[in-house]
Amino acid sequence: MTVKLGVPSKGRLMEKTFDWFGERGIELGRAGSEREYAGRVGGVEGVELVLLSAGEIPRDLAEGRIHLGVTGTDLVQEKLASWDLRVEMLAELGFGHADLVLAVPSCWADVDVLDDLDAAAAAFRDRHGFRLRIATKYHRLVRDFLRDRGVADYQLVDSQGATEGTVKNETAEAIADITSTGETLRANHLKIMADGLILKSQATLYRSRSAAMTDADRAVLSGLLERLAVD
Amino acid sequence: MAVWQGHSPELRAQVRACAARLRDGFAASGAVPVECPILLPAATLLDLYGEDIRGRAYVTSDALRGEQMMRPDFTVPVVQMHMNGGAEPARYTYAGEVFRRQEEDEARANEYLQAGVEIFDGADPAGADAEVFALIRAATAGLSLRAATGDIGILMAAVGGLQTSEARKAALMRHIWRPRRFRSLLDRFAGRAEVPPTRAALLAAADPFAAAGPQLGLRSREEVEIRIAALKADADTPPVSDREVALIDAILAVRETLPFALEHLRDIAVDMPSISSAVEGLAARAQALETRGVDIAALDFEAAYGRTHMEYYDGFVFGFYAEARPDLPPVASGGRYDALTRVLGRSAGRPEGIPAVGGVVRPGLVVELGAQIGGES
Repeated sequence: MTVKLGVPSKGRLMEKTFDWFGERGIELGRAGSEREYAGRVGGVEGVELVLLSAGEIPRDLAEGRIHLGVTGTDLVQEKLASWDLRVEMLAELGFGHADLVLAVPSCWADVDVLDDLDAAAAAFRDRHGFRLRIATKYHRLVRDFLRDRGVADYQLVDSQGATEGTVKNETAEAIADITSTGETLRANHLKIMADGLILKSQATLYRSRSAAMTDADRAVLSGLLERLAVD
Repeated sequence: MAVWQGHSPELRAQVRACAARLRDGFAASGAVPVECPILLPAATLLDLYGEDIRGRAYVTSDALRGEQMMRPDFTVPVVQMHMNGGAEPARYTYAGEVFRRQEEDEARANEYLQAGVEIFDGADPAGADAEVFALIRAATAGLSLRAATGDIGILMAAVGGLQTSEARKAALMRHIWRPRRFRSLLDRFAGRAEVPPTRAALLAAADPFAAAGPQLGLRSREEVEIRIAALKADADTPPVSDREVALIDAILAVRETLPFALEHLRDIAVDMPSISSAVEGLAARAQALETRGVDIAALDFEAAYGRTHMEYYDGFVFGFYAEARPDLPPVASGGRYDALTRVLGRSAGRPEGIPAVGGVVRPGLVVELGAQIGGES
């Protein structure tokens, strides 16, 4: 067997992950062409690189199909219930920073804190006959956040992309989405609520708590973690 | 793991038999057995509970009927069925699976049986409360359960009687089942919480829209203006008095055996007459319970009982617990839900609703505890 390391299969997140490992003497790369999803590993024996969609890495870790995985804090906490029982956080990698925030139209002069959002939602429901819509792809995180803070009379509508545009298109009244600089939000005339930070996320190295290992794998893993200086 | 899931066909048969026995018992007392669909239209449940229900119930869908929820309880479908043409008074009983999504605790069952009874009868609410409680108590007799009772109607009456604006009372009433939000609202209305700086700035601004962006989305400028006016009116409303806040706190702190709780609440009612009729309702219920042979001197009463997890109840609430097994959820629970019948009665042309009370038992837990007792004796 080998120790399987799951890494996002494309884009900046993949390149930065390769860089992060490279700086620690572990060379990661694609096996063949740009389009191939097989990976190669240099500088260490017994480790296999698996290139995966960042969104699938949390579940693969939780189900023990990979031993280590790099993905965003947001994805782990959205997709895994009791995430800390299923995966162990080994290191924050210092890139891929993004905040999951609640944002409302900047023309809502009366709404700045969740207390306002809750009151506005009650009035909205009375007037329009349906609950105020918040567009997001982070259903669980947003729902838990709002329940914990006692916000009622809203509904979540699914938005897998271009979430900032949903308010203009009148398919939602507010949004909960990932932002790094807030630039896209501002460009779409949305403002972040003063107490609307749901989660601070960044690329993070996780270890599965359930992946099966032989004694040899265990030795490889502890050697690898020592090289990475994360254990 | 809880009895039912992952257990042998024999054990499951035992739980099924227990559920049938419970339902037959309720039927023998005059309740009509009814069946309910497992898949319920999601819209009804979402309207009632809001988005939170998605964290507690399984949602599925098809292209024809849209979103459906797997029945999280029987009360909603039974009320709907009754409001669409049931004769009154009515008593119903049922037994079947309910499904609860679990996102926190894997040990909690996400599928289990419930057997229950519901009474729709406005003639004698205290009598109906006592009847349901006595039926559930009899159904779980021999399991050494502790009963907890409460009455959310007393807190509601206290809020309704506050010397403050209707808008504030409506806001508190809306969050009666969310203690944290309720508390922060009460603190704000009492002038005890700091006004957020942006709120203060908004109220002081000559043009509140000076920094606002272009009009965007369905919520109109007029709606924003209406809310700013409401905030201004609220800022001009005198604070809820310390005296009234102290009385609300006194009500929420009532936690003793029923006769002492009653005495205590009657004392509070002297200073807060708005709760008198709710407190006398409690007295009538105590009387009715005693008539049914319940030892009320030993019955626990907690004014805040059920406030966080029994949200459609608006009066009497109760639960039965296995003291020796604090890991188990309540073996039985129930309460009064008059307001729910008004909400669900709207679409059936009966917005006035009907006084209603009900209770459920979990046969899986009855079998589990019964086996323990049987094993020990």
